[in-house]
Amino acid sequence: MQDTTQFHAVDPLLKVEDLVVEYGVGGRTIHAVSGVSLQIARGETLGLVGESGCGKSTLGRAVLQLRPAVSGRVLFDGEDLTAMRGEALRRMRRRVQLIFQDPIASLNPRRRIGDIVAEPLVIAGYKDSGERQALVEEVLNAVGLDPTVVSGRLPHEFSGGQCQRICIARALVLKPEFIICDEPVSALDVSIRAQILNLLEQMKARYGLTLLFIAHDLAVVKAVSDRVAVMYLGRLCEVGPSEQVFANPAHPYTALLIAAIPVPDPDVRPAESIAAGEPPSPIAPPSGCRFRTRCPRADERCAAEVPELSLVAPGQYAACHHPLA
Amino acid sequence: MSGRALLSVEDVAVDLPTPRGNLRAVDHVDLSVGAGRTLGIVGESGCGKTMLSRAILQLLPKKARLSGRVMFDGQDLARCGAGVLRKLRARSLAVVFQDPMTSLNPVLTIGTQLVETLQEHLELDAATARQRSAELLAAVGIPAPEQRLAQYPHQLSGGMRQRVAIAIALSCEPKLLIADEPTTALDVTIQAQILDLLAREQRRRHMAMILITHDLGVVAGRTDEVAVMYAGRVVERAPTVQLFKTMRMPYTEALFAAIPKLDAAPHTPLPAISGRPPDPTRPLRGCSFSPRCRYANGRCQQEKPALADAESPDHRYACFHPIAPAAGGAS
Repeated sequence: MQDTTQFHAVDPLLKVEDLVVEYGVGGRTIHAVSGVSLQIARGETLGLVGESGCGKSTLGRAVLQLRPAVSGRVLFDGEDLTAMRGEALRRMRRRVQLIFQDPIASLNPRRRIGDIVAEPLVIAGYKDSGERQALVEEVLNAVGLDPTVVSGRLPHEFSGGQCQRICIARALVLKPEFIICDEPVSALDVSIRAQILNLLEQMKARYGLTLLFIAHDLAVVKAVSDRVAVMYLGRLCEVGPSEQVFANPAHPYTALLIAAIPVPDPDVRPAESIAAGEPPSPIAPPSGCRFRTRCPRADERCAAEVPELSLVAPGQYAACHHPLA
Repeated sequence: MSGRALLSVEDVAVDLPTPRGNLRAVDHVDLSVGAGRTLGIVGESGCGKTMLSRAILQLLPKKARLSGRVMFDGQDLARCGAGVLRKLRARSLAVVFQDPMTSLNPVLTIGTQLVETLQEHLELDAATARQRSAELLAAVGIPAPEQRLAQYPHQLSGGMRQRVAIAIALSCEPKLLIADEPTTALDVTIQAQILDLLAREQRRRHMAMILITHDLGVVAGRTDEVAVMYAGRVVERAPTVQLFKTMRMPYTEALFAAIPKLDAAPHTPLPAISGRPPDPTRPLRGCSFSPRCRYANGRCQQEKPALADAESPDHRYACFHPIAPAAGGAS
């Protein structure tokens, strides 16, 4: 049915197959993720972009089984996480970590930094406190914090950027293979954002990580990602190598997102009224292509038929009946 | 431009007492905006940009101390009585905040809030005010405005709420609109719509606007002049095109360089600014940016550079070691 070329990477660490996540709110169903398939090769960074409510964070959580999937599979290193329970799932989760948007809110305000970073080790059953301390010190050093200075302090003594470094240290302490970064820099100032993006890149190289990088900011995503996946209202619109997708977007929504970025160049006049309308509700998504209500190219076919992801250029896939040339 | 400035901020300083000592939020700032012009104020969190806007609006926290003059349309706002201020805010000075949910009343319908504003400020009768409200909602791009009037803020999306907040701000035909991070809480496609809307209404009404943002990208295409703030001070100020072409202040350059660019290849390391802004309760003797600046030397630590003229009088910067014009506009 689908063109499955993109599902045959040489060495996929993560495979998401036709994942559906829905949840009920006040008796109604929110279609948060509707049949998403993607894969991430070992050592790759996949950027997942989309606006609020498109389901990108839900997808990230569903990968970790923090949100139950209605259907579909999540294969991590060949094993189906959706079928795992209890101890097996816990053991698998050591290999996958999560970094959140709000670094201050994700640290327990009453616990000392040393304990916060050591906690994953405690949960994972590292009994030797000397060994724990050595691992914590190593990872704090790696993220650019001095363990002797920070270990005894509380989160409120640190700025947002430093708290994000602490969160990254906590995520790295178990030496995971895969990290889901959910908007890791959107709460940070521009000058601090660059520091954290660079740090993530360094950590990726140092620890041999594979990353799923979720963000709404395309320029940020492009800075760190090998490939990008664009999501709209629960479905993937486009997947492909970052440079190619940004240079030649095939899906009209990708093109809209790119055009909407404010460019720091006064000679680039902002395109007027490029972005008509707002995303519809995920409670009652439009039939067919979910972007059709905002799409200048939409016709009857788009209302009747759900477009499948199909090959538009080497490595680049778009789910559109009328892709841009 | 300063000859017939609508607003001129003269030597304004704002001090806030905190448990940790005095916090100088705004440190002797001079700025002006001409009628119909747009000034962008750019800076990171804590740089004083919001406090400056509150000083202009006379909406500072109770404990804050303000010095200097805020001349608006011939009057010093800092010395106006409550009644005069109320009238000015009603008729000529409007503001749009970052989070529309905090400026809209959650228990009143959109219609009540708009009609109330119009009746209060323009002394219209109820029917006319309601009619005008619907027109305003239509003007800010809200579909089915008649139905929206009966809705509550929570029934609207973030973008729609911001449109309502803008409609309320525009309802009294202000001479100056202060937009404080008006799109920071919004998605990128909605941000573009709201910025377009503000630009369109500004041109149409020949209204002056101060656009406060942390994003150099937002001011680049949409302002006449830009002031860059750091640690409470304006560190560089220039006509927008000139600022982007020849950045003189190292902080402006560093801030620009730290933005991920769409035309850069993936995995290009970003020139990050090391460290973080100084503690505002512990002001530095010299240049506030000197601890993070790669050009700084002993003089920068000892002496505060004044905001001085560059080649042209409308380009000013506060730096002892400005970037040479030819090398400016880092890319």
